[in-house]
Amino acid sequence: MAKIVVEVMLKPEILDPQGKAVAAALPRLGFTFATSVRQGKRFEIEVVGDPTTEQLAEVSRAAETLLANPVIETFVVKVEK
Amino acid sequence: MALDTVAIAAQTPDQEQPFAALGLKPDEYQRIREILGRRPSSSELAMYSVMWSEHCSYKSSKVHLKQFGEKAPHSDALLVGIGENAGVVDVGQGYAVTFKIESHNHPSFVEPYQGAATGVGGIVRDILTMGARPIAVMDPLRFGPADAPDTRRVLPGIVAGIGGYGNCLGLPNIGGEIVFDETYAGNPLVNALCVGVMRHDQIKLAKASGAGNLVVLFGAQTGGDGIGGVSVLASETFGSTGPAKRPSVQVGDPFTEKVLIECSLEIFAEDLVVGIQDLGGAGLSCATSELASGGSGGMRVELDTVPLRDPSLSPEEILMSESQERMCAIVEPGKIARFLEICKKWDVTVNVIGEVTDGDRLIITWHGETIVDVPPRTVAHEGPVYNRPLAKPEYVDRVNAQVLDLPMPQSAHEVKAAIIKLISSPNMADKSWVTSQYDKYVQGNTIQSQPEDSGMIRIDESTHLGVAISTDANASWSYLNPYEGAKLALAEAARNIATAGAKPLAVTNCLNFGSPEDPGVMWQFAETVRGLADGCLEMGLPVTGGNVSFYNQTGDVAILPTPVIGVLGVIQDVRSRTPMSFTDAGLELYLIGETTNDLAGSEWAYMHNQRGGQSPIADLQREIRLIELLLEGQSIFAAAHDLSQGGLAVSIAEMVLHNNIGATISLDQEIGIVLLSETPGRVVVAISPDHAGELISLARKYDLAITKLGTTGGTSLTVNDAVIPLDELRTAYTQTIPKLFG
Repeated sequence: MAKIVVEVMLKPEILDPQGKAVAAALPRLGFTFATSVRQGKRFEIEVVGDPTTEQLAEVSRAAETLLANPVIETFVVKVEK
Repeated sequence: MALDTVAIAAQTPDQEQPFAALGLKPDEYQRIREILGRRPSSSELAMYSVMWSEHCSYKSSKVHLKQFGEKAPHSDALLVGIGENAGVVDVGQGYAVTFKIESHNHPSFVEPYQGAATGVGGIVRDILTMGARPIAVMDPLRFGPADAPDTRRVLPGIVAGIGGYGNCLGLPNIGGEIVFDETYAGNPLVNALCVGVMRHDQIKLAKASGAGNLVVLFGAQTGGDGIGGVSVLASETFGSTGPAKRPSVQVGDPFTEKVLIECSLEIFAEDLVVGIQDLGGAGLSCATSELASGGSGGMRVELDTVPLRDPSLSPEEILMSESQERMCAIVEPGKIARFLEICKKWDVTVNVIGEVTDGDRLIITWHGETIVDVPPRTVAHEGPVYNRPLAKPEYVDRVNAQVLDLPMPQSAHEVKAAIIKLISSPNMADKSWVTSQYDKYVQGNTIQSQPEDSGMIRIDESTHLGVAISTDANASWSYLNPYEGAKLALAEAARNIATAGAKPLAVTNCLNFGSPEDPGVMWQFAETVRGLADGCLEMGLPVTGGNVSFYNQTGDVAILPTPVIGVLGVIQDVRSRTPMSFTDAGLELYLIGETTNDLAGSEWAYMHNQRGGQSPIADLQREIRLIELLLEGQSIFAAAHDLSQGGLAVSIAEMVLHNNIGATISLDQEIGIVLLSETPGRVVVAISPDHAGELISLARKYDLAITKLGTTGGTSLTVNDAVIPLDELRTAYTQTIPKLFG
């Protein structure tokens, strides 16, 4: 069954204290690969059958209203099998 | 975009510049050209535009605010006055206390959580900058109608933001106010107060002196936060359809701020800085120009050494960025090694970005090229000053002439209904839903906090010396008469300190108004400042600093004039403080002060949609006598509670509910007036019957009216024949706010 996925990230110019904390913790644990870390959130939404274009548009509206704070965050809506 | 240097600016005088989009008026732009003798470079334009914005330059308010200096009462307690980051007051035993209140109104409307959070962060850094350890915060808030959709959007976010940031810093939130009124719909007011404590010899100032001393930037890295926030966000009216511009907002990181506080305090303790300034509105533009202007004037900064979170930022953006949790210090070269060591210990990013020079110009370079070359005083302290036209608005005489027509309770049933109705209204109802989201007791020195009359903090654990602070505003009175409204707010805040037994010492203020370009609003502002300055002079309380927030309006509709007045007082032994409520039955309750028909601007009138009539006239001599009585009689009071919004009805209800001990009172004047009138200068006290004679002779000594109301005890509030069980009263009082926002 397909899932609608909404991924929310802070806008690039917005400070991300959580990502910063992760980036600072990585080298302390021996992981030295990261120059920067930004943390976001992911919503997995199940609907009956395959998502329709209308449903995706509705999810976008819901993302704008509830799942993301469009003043400081961006989001993408996609379908995953 | 190609780099615009000073040399290029000199060669291309005719190049068009976007000064209007940056909020500068044509004549202001012309003045910059005259000061520099050429067109400004784009970096210079960025600096002037943020620093000459209303928010930073106080260009519309300056001509009025100078009254706080001209009419300043003599005070031995004032160690640092207006003009620095915050005023400093001597509270004895070698301690100095600094406190200030600031607005973060517009950012909190755009992004409630982060706007309110960074408001707390900003005022805490102002206090830290003076050399003090921040010890408590308070937040007076104003919202649109409690049931309006926009209030539901902004209130929970604002409350969570204040709580989130303050709790992470480990600072107790000890008070404030929450008021709902239509005029704040779309214009919520988020005022943030911080108080800090230090020893006298630890006071730090914002000045860069001593050629060769280093300019050091420490704290968070610089990103693209709130670029232009100051000039664009804080100084332009929102259109009626919503914000016209939505620049990126700043996100606060309280854990970085906490580390910055501890790091700074260690640096101060080792006396490693000559001058210090926090980076708030206008970021580096403000910090560098104010530090240079506060010293001899010369400073050189290599802007490319500023550590960046986003390497693509242009120099103009770096100068304007409002990234939070940053500080700028002036350090002697001999002390820099130790300074860097302490920053390293705290894991605080630190960079030397320039040095103080013996010239009189602030020069900023970008990879070797000069992009700013200005006299810093013209940026920071000698910006434009406007004597804006002011005119008494037509509404004033009209509403003052209105005669109130209010239902006045008479029968027992009506009295009960009126009390229940009043204490369940959003403005009067219990605010625990909000204040329980704040940590009130962290650090263990909180003596009292909301819903007491004032917040009180112990500052010395061995001598029990403490300070008390209250913030108050009565915008309904200010609407009817801004001159008296300001004096009455001052009197109320001072009284709220004195009921606990603290002696009022100094004043801060946050003046929230509509657009200064509206002559009516400007008149309200001028009258408010005149009233506050006259009031402070009469009460002997110096204004130590404050903040002006203009442009709080949607379209043509301005908020009610809202001068929030904070008064700080000192109490020698916090263990002796008087609480707002009694813990015993069998005490006698007295009303000190006379009650007259003062329903204009009252909560009862507001609940009946009546805004007219004349505000009370402040009698500050009587207020001073009342404060003296409260201080002299402190040892006999089991409880003392101020009467303000909601009058005796609300105050007595708050007292009986606080410790769940009822009271029986009998009122023989016209009962509706006695219960609901908001005549200023009144306090309810509870005393043991043995002290009655002493109280009555105190009232005689201070020439104040005194009325015995009744006695404490029982499980109901009984007013003449009206009996209200405490359970019923409590339900009415506590249900409203959780129902609206829970």
